[in-house]
Amino acid sequence: MGKTFAEKALGRAAGYDVTANQVVTVEPDWCMSHDNGAPIARIFKKIGVKNVWKPERIVFILDHAVPAPSSDHAVNHKEVREFSAEQGIKHFYDVTSDGGVCHQKMCEEGFALPGLIMVGSDSHTCTYGAYGAFSTGIGRSEMAAAWATGKIWFKVPESMKVVVTGKFKPGVSAKDFILKFIGDVKADGADYMSVEFHGDGIENMSIAERMTLCNMGIEFGAKNAVCKPDHKVLEAIKDNAKCDCWEPLWADEDAVYAAEYSYDLADIEPCVAKPHTVDNYAPISEVKGTKIHEVFLGSCTNGRIEDLRAAAAILKGKKIAVRTIVIPASWTVYRQAMKEGLLDIFLDSGCVICNPGCGPCMGNHEGILAPTEVAISTANRNFKGRMGDKESFIYLASPMTVAASAIKGEISDPREAL
Amino acid sequence: MSEILKGRAWVFGDDVDTDLIYHNKYLAETDPKNMPQYAFEYFPGKEHFAKEVKPGDFVVGGKNFGAGSSREHAIYCIKYAGVPVILAETCSRIYYRNAINNGYPVLFVKGFSDAIKEGKIKDGDQLEVELSTGTIKDVTSGHQFHGDAVSDLENDIMQAGGLMGYLKAEAKKKK
Repeated sequence: MGKTFAEKALGRAAGYDVTANQVVTVEPDWCMSHDNGAPIARIFKKIGVKNVWKPERIVFILDHAVPAPSSDHAVNHKEVREFSAEQGIKHFYDVTSDGGVCHQKMCEEGFALPGLIMVGSDSHTCTYGAYGAFSTGIGRSEMAAAWATGKIWFKVPESMKVVVTGKFKPGVSAKDFILKFIGDVKADGADYMSVEFHGDGIENMSIAERMTLCNMGIEFGAKNAVCKPDHKVLEAIKDNAKCDCWEPLWADEDAVYAAEYSYDLADIEPCVAKPHTVDNYAPISEVKGTKIHEVFLGSCTNGRIEDLRAAAAILKGKKIAVRTIVIPASWTVYRQAMKEGLLDIFLDSGCVICNPGCGPCMGNHEGILAPTEVAISTANRNFKGRMGDKESFIYLASPMTVAASAIKGEISDPREAL
Repeated sequence: MSEILKGRAWVFGDDVDTDLIYHNKYLAETDPKNMPQYAFEYFPGKEHFAKEVKPGDFVVGGKNFGAGSSREHAIYCIKYAGVPVILAETCSRIYYRNAINNGYPVLFVKGFSDAIKEGKIKDGDQLEVELSTGTIKDVTSGHQFHGDAVSDLENDIMQAGGLMGYLKAEAKKKK
């Protein structure tokens, strides 16, 4: 009987053969925290261990509220800086032009690597599966314990196989596919499971698109989500891998799955997730014409250069009808967008460009919604009140769909704007 | 004989997300004991939970309770309100892990999602819960439910009062 990806990755880390439902204790390759490194440091100090197990394996990336919009946030940042200095944390991305959204940085800086065990104190840590890593989000107490002991327990998850074939039609993208998929399997569709994306449809996708899929894994309950680390991944990491401890792993042909699905990308159409759940799928035809007050293009889901290019292609030479906030996912992305003239396109069309970070995604700053306001956003969650007032509304969509909607001031079909 | 817990039910449906349990707005709060005042503030019809919940009351959920973020606030705001256990059909993975790691029990109860929809368990019902057997009696409606037992490792962590206690106990054993 063949092995799934999760069985191989956790078995490699444990040092022995494992199968689904077995409990293993492993040493994580990377432990990532953002602004919440501060409360974790406070928990860590209560454990009674003086030093973290390996300071070179811990990564801090400030992104949730940068630069600090309140003194509470500033205190957290200050504590992360102090703890980093105290513990000799080498990989610390402060509020500088080296920074950006933590998941974007983990990928572009070469931390996300095939076969590694990566944990982060953020639920979207599952993003690194785009590089073939086993990565998952954990809570603060658990992260503090991992810093102290260098160990973490996992139940080897059962796996779900999603076979994706074909290519998107114009105006359709990875975000549309994953929103459709979540609408089908629902928010708990893969609870506790490792989700593997297979097929030529995934091979055809850029790493950026695969990141969008894996990023949304948590939105249907997955423990981790992963794509096969192919030549595109190996090419991307060849010059900047942060360690040489990686190994490409993939599921065997005869691995056993708890659930299997198959999709043809040619069948996917532009869509949204309606308020207030990510699985509240609607094809664009159903919501077209819905009035909006704010557009957000950015986040760890869709703030990459590929996303900005797709939106800029639609916005070029047009004026926006509602306030539109553009936030590149990192300063590397920002610079690239600047070089390609994308920032000029956004500014010419009337968009506001904010500094890289999480922005309004979880309602911290840079675009909070007023009561009754409606936003369309490329982020990953539309929970009630997430971007501001509890009587506000969030639709999730692709970069192309939000760009087309920005021009009309209402939810619009991107195929008509191409 | 194991203890039978008695209290009122606060009933929530399926897919209760972490923003509904504990909103982003209050994430900068880091003292768990201050968190109950914000519990369920964003949940329509349960805005009064924080004010009216009594120690001993139960939180009852359907499928996928605690979906979303990894914030432990969503555990603390219920735990420190004096709720002894969360009863739900299923829980999101990170939420459940956070509960175990904080020595806080969640009982998985088959059929709860439908039972909630069918009104077999309602807000304010008097419940009797026996953790050791997983038996839940709704005294008001007369219906009885059964929860699953937790795994050995999970139980060990819980018995040690959470992950910290467990790690300390394990470290002692090795010495």
